[in-house]
Amino acid sequence: MDPVLTKYVREPNSFTLDFYLKHEGYEALKKALTKKPDEIIELVKASGLRGRGGAGFPTGMKWQFVDKKTEPRYIVCNADESEPGTFKDHLLMERNPHLLIEGCAIGCYAIGAKVAYIYIRGEFLHVQHVLEKAIEEAYARGMLGRNLFGSGFDCDVYVHRGAGAYEAGEETALLESLEGKRAQPRNKPPFPAVVGVYGKPTAVNNVETLCNVPSIVSKGAEWYAALGPEKNGGPKLYCVSGHVKKPGVFEASMNITLRELIEDRAGGVRDGRTLKAVIPGGSSVPILLPDQLDTQASFDAIQKAGSLLGSAAIVVLDDTTCMVWLAENLLHFYRHESCGKCTPCREGTDWLYKILRRIERGEGQMRDLDMLQSISNNIAGKTLCAFGDAAVTPVLTTLKHFRHEYEAHIKEGRCTLPADWRARQPVGAH
Amino acid sequence: MSFHPKMAYDATFHKSSRELEEEGPEFAYTAQNRARFDDIITRYPPDRRRSAVLPALYLVQYQQGYITANAIRYVAGLLGITRADVEDVVSYYTMFYTRPVGKYVINVCRTLSCAINGAERVTEELSAKLGIKPGETDASGTFTLMEVECLGACDRAPAVMVNDAWHECLMPEDVPRLVDDLRARGETALSGCFHVVERKARG
Repeated sequence: MDPVLTKYVREPNSFTLDFYLKHEGYEALKKALTKKPDEIIELVKASGLRGRGGAGFPTGMKWQFVDKKTEPRYIVCNADESEPGTFKDHLLMERNPHLLIEGCAIGCYAIGAKVAYIYIRGEFLHVQHVLEKAIEEAYARGMLGRNLFGSGFDCDVYVHRGAGAYEAGEETALLESLEGKRAQPRNKPPFPAVVGVYGKPTAVNNVETLCNVPSIVSKGAEWYAALGPEKNGGPKLYCVSGHVKKPGVFEASMNITLRELIEDRAGGVRDGRTLKAVIPGGSSVPILLPDQLDTQASFDAIQKAGSLLGSAAIVVLDDTTCMVWLAENLLHFYRHESCGKCTPCREGTDWLYKILRRIERGEGQMRDLDMLQSISNNIAGKTLCAFGDAAVTPVLTTLKHFRHEYEAHIKEGRCTLPADWRARQPVGAH
Repeated sequence: MSFHPKMAYDATFHKSSRELEEEGPEFAYTAQNRARFDDIITRYPPDRRRSAVLPALYLVQYQQGYITANAIRYVAGLLGITRADVEDVVSYYTMFYTRPVGKYVINVCRTLSCAINGAERVTEELSAKLGIKPGETDASGTFTLMEVECLGACDRAPAVMVNDAWHECLMPEDVPRLVDDLRARGETALSGCFHVVERKARG
């Protein structure tokens, strides 16, 4: 498949408006403005575009659900890319910012919004500068602002900078943060499509999702759907990192398999090492084992294999990786990032982390394994957002597939797989 | 107090603690920052000034290095919300400081992809070179060492962020030189952000 989203990212000036206009930039917006908003929504529905942020929910449906009787309405673009292993939106915004701006404008037109906010994580200041420059250019040349292309449609796009909170990537927590509060999730329903930012109907879409919209408008829903397997159409960005020779963002159709991504695109594991496990969709999803590498990297196939495509963040782990250490590392993350709103998650992630640290240091007991299981079961499904389920996944999945490693740690009273890339001594501030 | 009989809270557990900010000197934006604030506030509906709390706090932090109680009062006044509303936000987001930090805050990404590529070793080398532990500032006030969670640069691991700028693919053995370079020529010593697709061109 020819790249659609990242075709020009290697070109030196790919982020400028002049470059973008030379490559059919903003033609899709022009075309969209000649149609009725409902037609755009129908088109996106027909394309089968599924949200690229993690949940894979059909974007056209999301837009259709937006309450069209209430004014004003908003598009909020989720650029808080924080799922460990994910770095695709970064590339899009830095090298192809006008694609996102065009996607925002078409989204606004489709749902009848006049304003789009792009919520970008605080650590991406250098990306934000590129994006703001691009927005400035777009205003200066009439791609944003009043009466776009003489259609009477007004559209403003603003960038809003976060300040370091993984939870702000959860859509209702993101809206809270945008309203100037702590990034903590809201109870659902009502969903943002009815009560979103400022209590108004809002569509929250991931960067990559919105970047898919212009090509659907210009090339059609059938073309888009035919790029991938059924219900998994369109181009997809995969982030491959970890123990591979050539980590990076790779664009492919969802016909591609995990093996092709890891071995062909990312160069495979380092010489002399063997593959131990793969996390196919960010730290929140279950592990897949080497014998599952021929799984197609599509939403549905990965789910069938027992995991989730999530944000398509493929973390590759070779045989030097201690799975108890891995769970400890990720629970350190979840414990730190838990927003504190729901008790099971706020307290439970801390407990899980402490037990894992204990086992990793060789101070664990066999009954700790039951406790890990029981605490996890008391977090999953008992929180307002999916964070709770995400946080226990690294524990449950490593316990399921690598229980023998936990037991070896406990029996031998030490980490049985200390790799050379680990700290020589336990680092102080844990 | 822990509610769990076998799980005492330890000193590192932070969520239940409330540290009061320093009072600090009287605070007001410089004319330039005030103009920036006046521009930012127009992005939000007129009755939703609170939305500007994060950008308003960034302006404070860039102006005086960290956020004090007086600055919180000032921001609360500008936005028409209470001091508690602002403190609520300051204490939640990790990128706001309520204590002075070094001229260069070195944030080492510690999450999975960076960790399996040597981030723990990077932290150790930094700690040894600077003579401070993560979370501390050196005596001269030049460096603060922090460990942070995933920066979203997993293909360029291990990644570190120095203030707002990035340095990527930092190998443990290159740490001493980077620290010396930072001392000598500031943030220009950093690689900046570049993507793997461009790495070949840069050599």
